[in-house]
Amino acid sequence: MNRSAIDLWVGIFVVIGIGAIAFLSLKVGNLTSVSSAPGYHLDAAFDNIGGLKLRAPVKAAGVVVGRVERIRLDPQSYQAIVSMKIDQGYQFSKDTIASILTSGLLGEVYIGLDSGGDTQMLADGGRIGKTQSAMVLEKLIGQFMFDKAAGAPVSPATPSQGVPGATGAPNAGPAIAGGTK
Amino acid sequence: MRSEAVTWALRRVGERTISSIERFGFAARFSVAVLTHSPAALRRLRLTLREIYFSGVLSLVIILVSGLFVGMVLALQGYEVLTRYGANESLGILVALSLVRELGPVVAGLLFASRAGSAITAEIGLMKTTEQLSAMEMMAVDPLARVVAPRFFGGIVSMPLLAALFSTLGVFGAYLVGVRLIGIDAGAFWGNMQAAVDFRYDILNGIIKSVVFGVAVSLIAVFEGYNARPTAEGVSTATTRTVVASSLSILALDFVLTVFMFRGIGV
Repeated sequence: MNRSAIDLWVGIFVVIGIGAIAFLSLKVGNLTSVSSAPGYHLDAAFDNIGGLKLRAPVKAAGVVVGRVERIRLDPQSYQAIVSMKIDQGYQFSKDTIASILTSGLLGEVYIGLDSGGDTQMLADGGRIGKTQSAMVLEKLIGQFMFDKAAGAPVSPATPSQGVPGATGAPNAGPAIAGGTK
Repeated sequence: MRSEAVTWALRRVGERTISSIERFGFAARFSVAVLTHSPAALRRLRLTLREIYFSGVLSLVIILVSGLFVGMVLALQGYEVLTRYGANESLGILVALSLVRELGPVVAGLLFASRAGSAITAEIGLMKTTEQLSAMEMMAVDPLARVVAPRFFGGIVSMPLLAALFSTLGVFGAYLVGVRLIGIDAGAFWGNMQAAVDFRYDILNGIIKSVVFGVAVSLIAVFEGYNARPTAEGVSTATTRTVVASSLSILALDFVLTVFMFRGIGV
């Protein structure tokens, strides 16, 4: 095998190898959605974030509009402060409600935003005032058992504050009632 | 008589220990020597290109075919389990994550060790046996710069590319079985995969793994060849040792790297 043939083959090898890395980054991974997308930050304080993780999606009406960037504990109020990066171009009103939801029974945990009717919009670094904490299954079960034992009828599923996604839970649960600010 | 046997046994143990420590020290000195000769290998780029051809291009077929089959088997087995929980659409996530994080670098590394590493060892060992290395030294050509360093760098360049090709073909194989054969929705297959696979966390860590494996396999291969006893039996022993040692070190390194990389990213 002469030299130029070897060079050609090595060239082909390197090109398809780099092509494979590019394929993995762009088609299999989500490089495009991470690197681009300028956005702004919103904070929200929750009493309990449940199983919320970094990079969890932020959805409005089921559409992903941002990602969770930072989670920390406020040492004064003992609340979890969640910072979200929202894609530029999506504006939310000042009375938006942020709730921590789960897709399906075992699905991923995400933050749902429900925009209100306020005409003023949240700016960069703004704080979402109304939040609803994660449903902690153990607490719900505990509440259910307590209600059963007390002989009281389990209250029917009521949407708490008209937030979709909170249905199916007894609204007397402290996990929900305590979370609304 | 009895005490003589004990002395003999003790002497054997001591001899083995000292010689293995000596070997270890030689290996360390050898690694440093290869690294100091690396500028020479980069200056003589054509030699390195030749070695990329031998260890990379000629390993392509085995890597591509096994990647395809591993992906197809993963898709079949994964579907079998996921369908019990009604999570068929997660097949893309399962296949992509296991390939990009683990199977791509590890299996490609094992194949690379047995396909290219053994060839490197045998070649250098035979050069030593036929006194080509000594002849080079006589001609004031440093065999470390002329023979060893290009093979070392050829392996380091080839390995990540081969691992990426393995993962790509694996994902393609899973697509063929999952979407074309079984009939999972193509949009869900790719969409869930893209939502779950992160560039920095999954893909970049997989590439780092494959680079580390490439360094380990290439270093072991050139060392065993250079250190082989100059007999036919010595070369065959060295080749076996290359495959065994590099396979074991790939698996051990994989564990160590995984501990550091994937400890969970929760708060």
